[in-house]
Amino acid sequence: MTYPALATIILMPPVVLGLATVLTWVERRLLGLWQDRYGPNRVGPGGMFQAVADGTKILFKQDWIPPFADRAVFVLAPVIGMMTVLLSFAVIPVTMGVGIAGDMNVGLLFILGMMGLGVYAVVLAGWASNSKYALLGGMRAAAQMVSYEAFMGLSLLGVVMMAGSFNLHDIVAAQAGLWFIIPQCLGFGVFMLAGIAQTHRLPFDLPEGENELGAGFHTEYSGMKFGMFFIAEYAGIVLVSSLVTTLYLGGWRGPFLPPAVWFALKTGGMVVFFILLRAALPRPRYDRLMALGWKVLLPLSLFNVMATGTILMLRASL
Amino acid sequence: MHALALLAACVTVVGAIMVITRRVAVHAVLYLVVTLLALATVLVMLGASFAAMLEVIIYAGAIMVLFVFVIMMLNLGQPDSAREKEWLHPRAWLGPGVLATIACAELLYCLNPLSGPAPAPAPITAHDVGLGLFGRYVLMVELVSYLLLAGLISAFHIGRNRVGGR
Repeated sequence: MTYPALATIILMPPVVLGLATVLTWVERRLLGLWQDRYGPNRVGPGGMFQAVADGTKILFKQDWIPPFADRAVFVLAPVIGMMTVLLSFAVIPVTMGVGIAGDMNVGLLFILGMMGLGVYAVVLAGWASNSKYALLGGMRAAAQMVSYEAFMGLSLLGVVMMAGSFNLHDIVAAQAGLWFIIPQCLGFGVFMLAGIAQTHRLPFDLPEGENELGAGFHTEYSGMKFGMFFIAEYAGIVLVSSLVTTLYLGGWRGPFLPPAVWFALKTGGMVVFFILLRAALPRPRYDRLMALGWKVLLPLSLFNVMATGTILMLRASL
Repeated sequence: MHALALLAACVTVVGAIMVITRRVAVHAVLYLVVTLLALATVLVMLGASFAAMLEVIIYAGAIMVLFVFVIMMLNLGQPDSAREKEWLHPRAWLGPGVLATIACAELLYCLNPLSGPAPAPAPITAHDVGLGLFGRYVLMVELVSYLLLAGLISAFHIGRNRVGGR
């Protein structure tokens, strides 16, 4: 094992966790800006250290496990959530050299697999809490995330067909002439929607819809276990944003600036877009969400696969 | 590499035993997930990383979630655990145990593990899998698609929302 790879392994989790923590403050400030109010602005310059204050506070809170819960699974659920997100980052190619297993020949499938396992965090949290709101949240999460996982995989097929590889480095390399967002605009749209549903972010945060389910699947969680769900959600946003950057926005490619800066800029832009969605859109009804998935997104992504395949075949035969 | 594969294989076996002996259904499903993940590790060691990832995505990530979903709907409780305990009576182990021992012995005899580690085969890529599926095994793929279609239609028939409650 080479030293850069080792350094990446050691540095990646703290960097991702730090980013996710800072993101909680960024989100609240941006929401404040868009909703014409201040947001947290007291701790440090511009409220920058709000995340540190929140983290310190949540660490000192009582870590309570309800007596009626299934202890082992209750503790395991947030760990699964955190682990699957962090493991997914292993194959994200930040630049040509950086990224632990960026050259993994099934990199994209690895991320899909980890996202699939991430569903357990929410579902098991709902089940182990042994309370009604949490159970309902967990059941919603299971149906929503498994459904949208299917469209997510299908929408990525177009990219894989155009690049001819599951390797994320090859996919970035294949976007040398044209970013995939232009030929794969349909797949991009489906992937974005599926990504929001997969990270259960507003407007698709039905598993924790607080107007009807208390706090949904994490109703019974307190202290740092709740904090882990929270941070894992923000790390999930960074993950989906960096995936969009890699798959559709040309990854680290760009003129003048160094590759890592381009990657950070594109990913940051996508993260801000995620936050803007939260500020701008209301939550749909649950049955509408499922209907949108199966009746609109599934045919669209199948059509995308068919059209991409046809065009590639025609181009190859010419 | 060989030791890692053996370790993963051991995890698979232990996980499978735990699946059978757990009394709480969700715990059994979780052990099944562990078993599937360990199996995927073995597949990676054998060079079939594409198949391993499909195993993680489809079995561990989707089908098992549906299992948990159904268990959540059923809301199993204390009486069910007691009944499970009854079913796991020592006498119930005899028949399956004998059959499993015979199968295991035969497998060990055929594989002859004492011959040392086999040379690592060439990695099987998605390209190879695609060529195999739509070349040599295309008939099987078509037959399976018919089977899935039949399943889909029956699920639709059962789950259809009948107007008027007939």
